[in-house]
Amino acid sequence: MGKVIVVTSGKGGVGKTTSTAALGAALAQGGAKVVVVDFDVGLRNLDLVMGAERRVVYDLVNVIQGDAKLTQALIRDKRLQTLYLLPASQTRDKDNLTPEGVEKVIAALRKNFDWVICDSPAGIERGATLAMRHADIAIVVTNPEVSSVRDSDRIIGLLDSKTVKAERGEQMDKHLLLTRYDPARAERGDMLKVDDVLEILSIPLLGIIPESMDVLRASNVGAPVTLSDDRSAPALAYFDAARRLNGETIPVTVPGEKRGFFGKFFGRKAA
Amino acid sequence: MTNVLTQARPIRLKGRSFLALVLTPELPFEDWVARLDDLAARSAGFFLRRPIVLDVSGLPIDRAQLREMVDMLATRNVRIMGIEGARPSWLDSGLPPALTDGRPASDIEAPATQAEAAPAEDEADEPATDQPAHEVRGAPSLMVTQPVRSGQSVIFPEGDVTVVGSVASGAEIVAGGSIHVYGTLRGRAMAGTMGNAAARIFCRKLEAELIAIDGFYKTAEDMEPDLRGRAVQIWLEGDKIVAGTLG
Repeated sequence: MGKVIVVTSGKGGVGKTTSTAALGAALAQGGAKVVVVDFDVGLRNLDLVMGAERRVVYDLVNVIQGDAKLTQALIRDKRLQTLYLLPASQTRDKDNLTPEGVEKVIAALRKNFDWVICDSPAGIERGATLAMRHADIAIVVTNPEVSSVRDSDRIIGLLDSKTVKAERGEQMDKHLLLTRYDPARAERGDMLKVDDVLEILSIPLLGIIPESMDVLRASNVGAPVTLSDDRSAPALAYFDAARRLNGETIPVTVPGEKRGFFGKFFGRKAA
Repeated sequence: MTNVLTQARPIRLKGRSFLALVLTPELPFEDWVARLDDLAARSAGFFLRRPIVLDVSGLPIDRAQLREMVDMLATRNVRIMGIEGARPSWLDSGLPPALTDGRPASDIEAPATQAEAAPAEDEADEPATDQPAHEVRGAPSLMVTQPVRSGQSVIFPEGDVTVVGSVASGAEIVAGGSIHVYGTLRGRAMAGTMGNAAARIFCRKLEAELIAIDGFYKTAEDMEPDLRGRAVQIWLEGDKIVAGTLG
């Protein structure tokens, strides 16, 4: 049985899709069988970031409505044999996602893959709540600025109340992925500090991804940053995050600071 | 006569709970009304001046039947102040409003004889029997051991709320008693909402968006800036919110 991860944030534009693709590719490079699922019905993007936009035939909504089999909708990555994409529909809207349909699809994927990574749409409505519904692990993507942090806090509240795991009385495994971290702006005090964000959200840190042109470049060529430029700073940060997901203990480095300085913060548990 | 208010005074918003009689009709409705008439005959004025809530949850009736029921009760001088358990779409302006989340209270005994059915005049000495004299009971309190996240509300009109953790921006705590936050208070805290002016708010670090005690409130903008980020207690002196640092 594989593990289901939801990549979520509340706020849009913080890097959910980029992180989904990068972590998916990083985990698949370790040999695991991975599927990335786009839940952003109507505004899909994961296919572009994965470079599979010209190979989409069937999508998540087709599978849910019974128009296609799951195997017909899954797209295998051309570069990585163990990486798959389940695209969202661009022409439908989120009302086409039914709780029963999503449950069935996730259960089938869980049986066939080691990791099922669900890319949540922004917001707290139907699409986002269905994306998180069956997750075992949540990755909360946050930018170091106040509106993103507050939205993430809201999402953590939903993760603790609206998911199957929460309804069973279990604790959702939540991790913070701090993205678009800019050392220069942090130096000037224009951004929230890492420990401020951790203090507000009080969930363990999975990684800090530096703001970088490499990410934009990777999106434009249609490749996860962990595939297109695997020696770049953001790629290395994503690889570390993937290893932490696999249970390894690696100290977190704050970009722009000496390595290891931040190690004491890693693994900090929720209050 | 109109008085012009020269100084801006905030509007006071308070919660208050009332005890209402709940009538639960049973089917067949005609039989139930007959029993009600019987009760009314034994004690004239029993329903007079009492707030009555009609509980129709679980009854297989439609909107027209509900209206008929309310009208039939009205002809018997039973005035319904709210309806519980009906579909919200039924309750247009012609029907009493919906009531939800009622908490059970002790049963009210219907009077057995005419003599006991006291006319409304002697209501003045009734409150004495309503409130048990000097009953010592532990005040109820609510313990929250998780951080209160943005968008979450903790509402506890019965007493104190203690949060072991932080209250996020966009979260709110509403307590009938005092509020204790062993973390940073970034959201809203409303204490003493049931009319308890002695309630206080305590927090280890004050970053609140709004604080209120017994209906008097202060927004972040009106709070003394030097209290920000400090351990603070907040209480009411007259109708002024006062704050001081702790230890």
